[in-house]
Amino acid sequence: MGKYILKRILIAIPVLIGITMIDYGIMCLAGSPLEMLQGPRISEAAVEAKAVALGLDKPVYIQYFVWLGQLLQGNMGYSIKSYQAVSAMIGSHLGPTLLLMGVSLVVGLLIAVPAGIYSAVHQYSAGDYTAVTFSFLGSSIPSFFLALLLIYLFTVKLGWLPSSGMSTLGTSGSFLDVARHMVMPVIVLAASIAGRNIRYIRSAMLEILQQDYLRTARAKGIGRFWVINKHALRNALVPIVTVVGMEIPVLFGGAVIVEQVFSWPGLGLMTMSAITSRDYPVIMGVCLLSAVVVLIANLVTDILYALADPTIQLD
Amino acid sequence: MKQKIIDPLEKDMISESYFQTVFRRFRRHRLALASFIVLALLGGAALLAPVLAPFGPDEIVGTFSGAPCKEFLLGTDQIGRDVFSRLLYAMRVSLLVGILATFISTAVGVVLGLAAGYFGGIVDMAVMRFTDMVMSFPYILLVLVAASIFKPGMWSIILILGFVDWPGIARLVRGNVLNLRETNFVKGNLIAGMPLGHILFSEILPNTVAPILVYATSVLALSMLDEAALSFLGMGVRPPTASLGNMLNGAQSLTVLTRQPWLWIPPGLLIVILVMAINFIGDALRDALDPNSRR
Repeated sequence: MGKYILKRILIAIPVLIGITMIDYGIMCLAGSPLEMLQGPRISEAAVEAKAVALGLDKPVYIQYFVWLGQLLQGNMGYSIKSYQAVSAMIGSHLGPTLLLMGVSLVVGLLIAVPAGIYSAVHQYSAGDYTAVTFSFLGSSIPSFFLALLLIYLFTVKLGWLPSSGMSTLGTSGSFLDVARHMVMPVIVLAASIAGRNIRYIRSAMLEILQQDYLRTARAKGIGRFWVINKHALRNALVPIVTVVGMEIPVLFGGAVIVEQVFSWPGLGLMTMSAITSRDYPVIMGVCLLSAVVVLIANLVTDILYALADPTIQLD
Repeated sequence: MKQKIIDPLEKDMISESYFQTVFRRFRRHRLALASFIVLALLGGAALLAPVLAPFGPDEIVGTFSGAPCKEFLLGTDQIGRDVFSRLLYAMRVSLLVGILATFISTAVGVVLGLAAGYFGGIVDMAVMRFTDMVMSFPYILLVLVAASIFKPGMWSIILILGFVDWPGIARLVRGNVLNLRETNFVKGNLIAGMPLGHILFSEILPNTVAPILVYATSVLALSMLDEAALSFLGMGVRPPTASLGNMLNGAQSLTVLTRQPWLWIPPGLLIVILVMAINFIGDALRDALDPNSRR
């Protein structure tokens, strides 16, 4: 087991280095942040001085190594726009995003897992068709459109829920206030999580229900309830772990759009404004962070597989 | 005398060609069949947009933000263009973006997957690690960054989506090739000294077309969703060209959202219908093309 984890980490390192290089390459393609400065009121000399100050006069690969070296010392660089440290900016925006992602993931799974198992156990029943149709709808509706529909319904027509931000302006944000602000973004993210995964869990469960060990369990007469909730569920853990592992990178991206529509003050909103103002160090920092998270998520998924299913061979 | 017993199932299989079987199985999915008809109608309407649309897509023909009436079926937008006509042209653009992006990513994925699976060794390592890298970036983040770098517009969106969406197909093809490489008919070809191109494209590829086709439908659905999201954020297809996503862009303003629902609900619903139809068809294809199915 230890050997396996070590091997996986060793494979992840070149991937990580490759990620930083691709990332840096893309950023260099983007053009210089100095273009934003240029205008009739700024002299050539001032632009050049700025370039030297930002280290942009050196060749690309040296800039890359300088950045990488600083990174290893825990310094992710400084925002070109606001001069704040990137790590501090990410740190202050990470909380709201993690809160939103965590709650959405839990809500999404609480819908997807029972619905998927129910529709597998009651295959071709009305409930099954309802769950599968909902699943198709959830994975076919663009998140921003669902967000707009919800805002139209709950904020404009009914006036029940606030449509933007994380807490009411001027208040420090009590638990209830934050929860009210969270309802709609969570619905949007959870609907897409559930939509993507109900069918997945359903088909995984259908396969499990046909296995020999379930026939044995049924044959020994412990009753339908225990067959499903003890024997089948334990084996359904593997697809559920897969789902969680697959959702984490998707959530990172999905949060960008949802945070933008609901002005949720998280990483996604920060990234969008960094992208529009071409603030490379910030974009780089977010990309790197999310890539690391994805790598770790993949690794953890593989290890959890082994724990959930002892028959999986690690090599 | 011993009589040969013919299994009725086997008889069915003999008397039916592969395509007949697939078609018969596909037809049993009523939702998919309905989706196919809906998609054909909408696609036809998009193709015939110049004939069907009462007005030009960029023509200013009515009052600003006029409500739907007899002349303007879905009302007019903020600068007096006919929403119904724009919707037809927008569907054209969105379908075109989705289909072309899917073609590109499928082609890239197939070539890389074939190479990785067939040659193995260093080629496989390099391709798969590269796939890992691309897959590690949150998909939307990568697309957004790319969209902010290149000049926004329809063609750059097609290229960006096409060159970001391939890893799934590459993995799928690689896995299938690894299995097929061990089969006797491929080994036979190798021994017979057939040229590599023939083995890869005429022997291996046809045997992995079905899963690629199924996967490509989901890529098509995703590309259309992504195009919509990007254009909605103002980083995709640029106005005045209408796409389903950028027609929703106006709904970010509160007046449009609250007072002029005819401007944003129709394009949104159209995206949902198109993507859902594609997903249903993909699902039915998966069942119909499954070689292990006995039905």
